[in-house]
Parts: sequence; structure tokens; C-alpha cells
Amino acid sequence: MRIKRNGYLTAGLILTGIIVLMIIIGMFWTPYSPLTMSAKEKLQAPSLRHLMGTDNFGRDIFSRVLKGAGTTLTIAAATILIGSVCGTIVGALTGYFGGVVDDVLMRFNDALTAFPSILLALLVISLVGPGNKYNVILALGIVFIPSYARITRTAFASLRDANYITSARLMGASNARILLVHLLPNTVRILLPALTIGFNNAVLAEASMSFLGIGVTPPDASLGYMLSEAQGMFAAAPWYSICSGLVIILLVFGVGLIGEGLQRGEREVE
Amino acid sequence: MSENEMNLQAENEMNAKEAPLVLQVSHVSGGYYSGGILKTKQNYREVLHDIDFEIRQGEIMGLVGESGTGKSTLAKMILGLVQPEQGEIIHHTKRPQIVFQDPYSSLNPAYSVEWSIEEPLRVFGKYDAPERKRRVRDMLKRVELPEEILEAKPTELSGGQRQRVSIAAALIRRPRFLILDEPVSALDVTIQAQILRLLKDIRKELDLSYLFISHDLNVVYQLCDRVLVMKAGRLVEQGTIEEVYENPKEEYTKNLLAAAD
Repeated sequence: MRIKRNGYLTAGLILTGIIVLMIIIGMFWTPYSPLTMSAKEKLQAPSLRHLMGTDNFGRDIFSRVLKGAGTTLTIAAATILIGSVCGTIVGALTGYFGGVVDDVLMRFNDALTAFPSILLALLVISLVGPGNKYNVILALGIVFIPSYARITRTAFASLRDANYITSARLMGASNARILLVHLLPNTVRILLPALTIGFNNAVLAEASMSFLGIGVTPPDASLGYMLSEAQGMFAAAPWYSICSGLVIILLVFGVGLIGEGLQRGEREVE
Repeated sequence: MSENEMNLQAENEMNAKEAPLVLQVSHVSGGYYSGGILKTKQNYREVLHDIDFEIRQGEIMGLVGESGTGKSTLAKMILGLVQPEQGEIIHHTKRPQIVFQDPYSSLNPAYSVEWSIEEPLRVFGKYDAPERKRRVRDMLKRVELPEEILEAKPTELSGGQRQRVSIAAALIRRPRFLILDEPVSALDVTIQAQILRLLKDIRKELDLSYLFISHDLNVVYQLCDRVLVMKAGRLVEQGTIEEVYENPKEEYTKNLLAAAD
């Protein structure tokens, strides 16, 4: 797959790159401990000392945002990893083989898609227990499987009768080889933009879950959890809501630009 | 026709008769099931009725008929992609390969020309990498393509080049029998002539038999030894090119020939 460079792609990569770089730095070093409270410095507005101000316990919000964004990024990345890998396996098998397996799995898939994703995640959380970061990943991962299964199924089904696949069958290539070597690289162009959209949905889903209190809980902090925390002190420390919300927006915007750039870049090559 | 030519023709026919069989299609009927997972009479649509012919070694058999008469279904059945409901298809050689009409979807767009030609050998698994490369280059010479093309992706090739690559990939495992499903219909006339000449040459070099499917009767006349005429899933006429073209028995064949002139 070839992609022509374009403004969307470049801007998206730069923006996402900066955010990811800061998150990676935040994993090893933050200006202050995100958990250390200080009564003297509570509810301070953004300053050079505290870039994003402090909350009602005097904790440095910039440090907390760095840590929280790290959690959010990890959850979103792990979620689309589970969702896309499992979804691609299901979609590839159903799309390529068709028949009864396809009918049964895709009807089940339709049923899953009929539920709002948050509701479905709530169901999984109520089964595995709340709070833990890994449970959130599991819940969201499962929720994301159907959409990827549908996208990849369409891609595999549309290519399975292509002449070059018929030739592959005639030369005696195994089904596994046809699926992995002959078909999979040709679905990347459909999968890649879907990954960026999925990543953004995962960021937002994690934020909503944590905001609603079914996501991560302390001592873990994610951007969504911080938003819900900030809501209680919106009047006293509006910068808390604004800063953590802004980071979510920038992350989603950057990855969205990459997705758009991928699609446009490929269209231009064709 | 002079006496000399007639003798030559008679000799050719003798040779054709004596040559070993490549393919026997005996009283084959078949079609498709549509809708639902159950194979019932209601959703069965028969496409081919009682098809019966054979192809001998070194022979180019034409298969003509209007679109929708089941020519491609017959090809799929010979390749084993569709099972016949009745009758039998017997191969006397290695599994045949096919070259498709549409040169734009017959090569995997994700890979280079070299990969596409080499892949059948990789799947076969009997040769090591240097031997595979050697065979790919040898085949590339036979289809008259320069080595520089090996690195190219299918999107960078012309229709004629793609068709040459498809022929190379189909022949790399040295099958004795090749099905050509409208291989030149998507190409313009000068390229058509080049590909037809290539097919003729390569048949001699590699001692191949072809089943050449086409709706273009002029092309069939240029290339084929014998011809099958198909109408609505039935073989209405078969014989040598001269028999059928100069003395068609069926009204349908006469109309087809009249339309081609």
C-alpha cells in the first residue's frame, strides 16, 4: 500500500507525535508527583510553577494529566489491539468461507451491534468487576470486536472471488496462506483508517466509562476519571476540566487527522 | 484447397487423433445453488447441459458462444472450482491453470511482479530460492518481458504486460494444459496480435494444450485447431476450425459467423 504525503497526515503525525512523546516522558518523569497533596498550594490557577494549576488537594494538574493521558492511551491502544485482532480473525473467516459459519457469526454480531457500546461495556464490567484498568481494556476490547469483524468481513468477502485469489487456489495454496499472505495485505488499506477511527472511539469510550464511574478508579487515573473529578470543582478550578478535556480533544483530533490523511493519501495515489 | 494442403491437413488430423488425451469432459451437467444454505431443487439453476468433448495434447480448442451461455462456468468446472452435478471430468495431466480476461484483477496488487510469478513455486515447495529465481527469469524471457519489470507493482504495468505476467505465473509450474478465458478481449488490437503470437510460440516451446474461450470468432480462427460452439449451456457444434467455419451445420453457428463478418 502506498500513501501520498499530505497536509492532514503530516499535521496529524506531528500533533499525535508531540502528545505521545509527552505521555512517554510522563511515564518516567513528571514535574511533581501526581499523588502528592499540598494544602498550601490547593486550587491554584495555571502559572509557571504549575503549568495547569492545582486541584483542591494541591496536586499538580499537569503531572496528573500526563499520567492520566498515559492510562487513557494504554487502554485505547490495548482496546483496538484486542478489537482489531479478534475482529479481523472473525471477519476474515466469515468473509472468506461464507456459508453457515458466516450466517451464524454475523447474526450474533448484528445482535451485539444493536446494543449501545457503553451498555455492553457495563455488562462486561458487571461480569468481571469494576475498577481495574485491565477489566476496562477487556470490556472495551470485547465491545469493539463486532465493528472490526464487520469491516474486515466486507473486505475479505469482496476480494475472495478476485481472479488472483482464484489463481492462488488453483496453485494449491492453503486457506491459511491465501488469508494471511494473499488477502490480508490487500485489506490493510481498509483496516488502517478503521484503526484510527476505532482508536478515537476507544479514547472517548474510556473517558465516558470513567466519567460514569464504571471505568478506572483511584489510584489509577485516566483523563475520563479526571474529568469526572474536575466536574465537582468546576467553579473553583475550571482549568482542571479545561486542561484534561483539551488533552482528550487534541489526542482524538491528531489521530483523526492521521486517519483522514491515510484515506486522502491513498486516493491520490490511485 | 490444393492437393498438397489437403494432405497436410489430413496428416494434422491424424496426429491430433493419435496424440494422447489431455482432458475428457463426458456428459457433464451442472449449475449453481442460490440463496439459503439448503441445496434444494427450487434454488438450483442449471447452467450447463450434457457437455461432451475431449482435448488432446498440443491442441488449441476454441470455445465460442455469446456471453451468458456458460463458457466461464465450464472453465470453472474443468478447474475444479465448481462441481458437476452429473457426468465426469477426467484430467490426464497436471492440474490446469487459467489466464483471465481482466488483466487488472488477475495479479495481486499488494505484491511485485516477481512475487506473483514466483508464488506458485513457493507454494509447490520443491525448489530452493536460487532455483526459483532462475525459473522466474527463464519464464520472463519466454513471455518476452525485460528483467526490470520484476520489481514493478501490477498498477505500474500496461494491460498487455499484465497479461504476459499472468501467462508467466500460470506456466511457471509447467502445466501441460492452460485455460485462456478471453485473454485478449480487454486489450487493443495491436497488443491482441502480440499476445496471440506469444501464445502460439509458447505452445510449441512447452508443448501445451489450450482451451481458448472467446466471443471473438476472428481471434478463434487465427489461433485454434478445433472449436466448440456453445448456446444456452449446450454444445451445439464441434469440429475442426475449417469444418465449422466453412460448413456450419447449425443455424446458430451460421448466425454467429455472419455476425462476425
